[in-house]
Amino acid sequence: MSALSVEQWAQKVKENDRKAAAKLISAIERKEKIARDILKQLFVPVGKTTVLGVTGSAGAGKSCLVSCLISAFRKRGKTVAVIAVDPSSPFTGGAFLGDRLRMQVHGRDKGVYIRSMASRGYLGGLARGTVDAMRVMEAMGHDIVIVETVGTGQDEIDVARLVQTCILVLTPTMGDDIQAMKAGIMEVAQIAILNKADMPGKEKAILDLEVALRMRPTAADGWSVPVVPTVATTEEGIDEVVGHIENHQAHIRQGDGMKKFAFQKAEKEGSVLIKDEIERVIFDHIRGTGLRRKYLEKIVAGEIDPYTAVEEVMSLFIKKSAKGV
Amino acid sequence: MVKRKIRIMIAKPGLDGHDRGARVLARCFRDAGFEVIYTGCHQTPEQIAAAAIQEDVDVVGLSCLSGAHRYLFPAVKKILDEKDADDITVIGGGIIPEQDFQVLYDAGIKALFTPGATLEGYRGLGPREHRGKDMKGSMHFFK
Repeated sequence: MSALSVEQWAQKVKENDRKAAAKLISAIERKEKIARDILKQLFVPVGKTTVLGVTGSAGAGKSCLVSCLISAFRKRGKTVAVIAVDPSSPFTGGAFLGDRLRMQVHGRDKGVYIRSMASRGYLGGLARGTVDAMRVMEAMGHDIVIVETVGTGQDEIDVARLVQTCILVLTPTMGDDIQAMKAGIMEVAQIAILNKADMPGKEKAILDLEVALRMRPTAADGWSVPVVPTVATTEEGIDEVVGHIENHQAHIRQGDGMKKFAFQKAEKEGSVLIKDEIERVIFDHIRGTGLRRKYLEKIVAGEIDPYTAVEEVMSLFIKKSAKGV
Repeated sequence: MVKRKIRIMIAKPGLDGHDRGARVLARCFRDAGFEVIYTGCHQTPEQIAAAAIQEDVDVVGLSCLSGAHRYLFPAVKKILDEKDADDITVIGGGIIPEQDFQVLYDAGIKALFTPGATLEGYRGLGPREHRGKDMKGSMHFFK
């Protein structure tokens, strides 16, 4: 693949060449320069792709639900791409990516493309490079792109800024109505699913959710969040979920909804890219100088506090770059 | 650029539901710093090959305890080659009699791990305990 020019590689991705796309996503994960050059060519400000996010706690049934959604969309003649994120080990950097296991019935379907990504230390429920991988899948021409986050707790809400319709998956064991009142993840979804609705506690959980979601102040956009009970293992409730997705898509495609979404996504993406770039430039700058180690030891020895240390490193960096070193 | 992570897919082709070994390996590779994609039991060679290409893995590890390895392992390798994915290394493990080693090696399987193999051997992918004589040092991919 590396023998290809930027233009040729981009062209192959646009022609839905699955291998070219897979290699590009790997290059994105490795932060290779060519990946960024290709991404520049794949950029489309407001595409026609439907971009969905599926989030919720570990074991809530996200992967199973995604698999059901793939089946439902395929029945409607749509092509689907999925990015499934699972956590990396903070100790070894290794990862066990098991989401695909739940979706393997679609393994041979040429209208389905699934990619597992390890979070590689990136917080917010996504992996570094998830946004770029979404762009690759859009460029391949899929009708629908689904991003499945790592199992999230309460605060991993990045996905909501990057997808058009965000689906929150909960279960009857999610906790009481106090949990439903907490800020963060409860606020970001456009559709709430109560999966494993064949378990006891279903009615109470639905009531708690409906009450919490009805009071949502963000409803200024005119959308009220439906709560849908499902049993992913038997595909119960899936058609209803798809109906709500279609409704929400129609809702945001009225007026300037898509433009607003594009703005919000660009804002989020821009801030991530800038942070990444600043971090890269600064660490590139001090790599091999021993400065990092020196400051860490000073902090541990109590000779300097971390705030002053960072100020000193930054002012060194600014002075040096002003001189054009 | 960041350090290259090795991506490995552990898959069980065919009608064999004994996945304890495959899961132990998946865990062992994870702890060795690999990104492991586990696709579960009862996979067809076509499913495995399609998933390996979409996931851009470096290695596919096939586990088979049912005796069908002579058909299933080469089938996966053949489909990968046909799909222009011959850069993916295919290795295998399970209950594999010694007389089958040559057939699998000729089909392009790069290493075999049979009962008695150690987790250390897997981690280094320079199997100390493996029995395939000609396969020693064939993991040049990881250098």
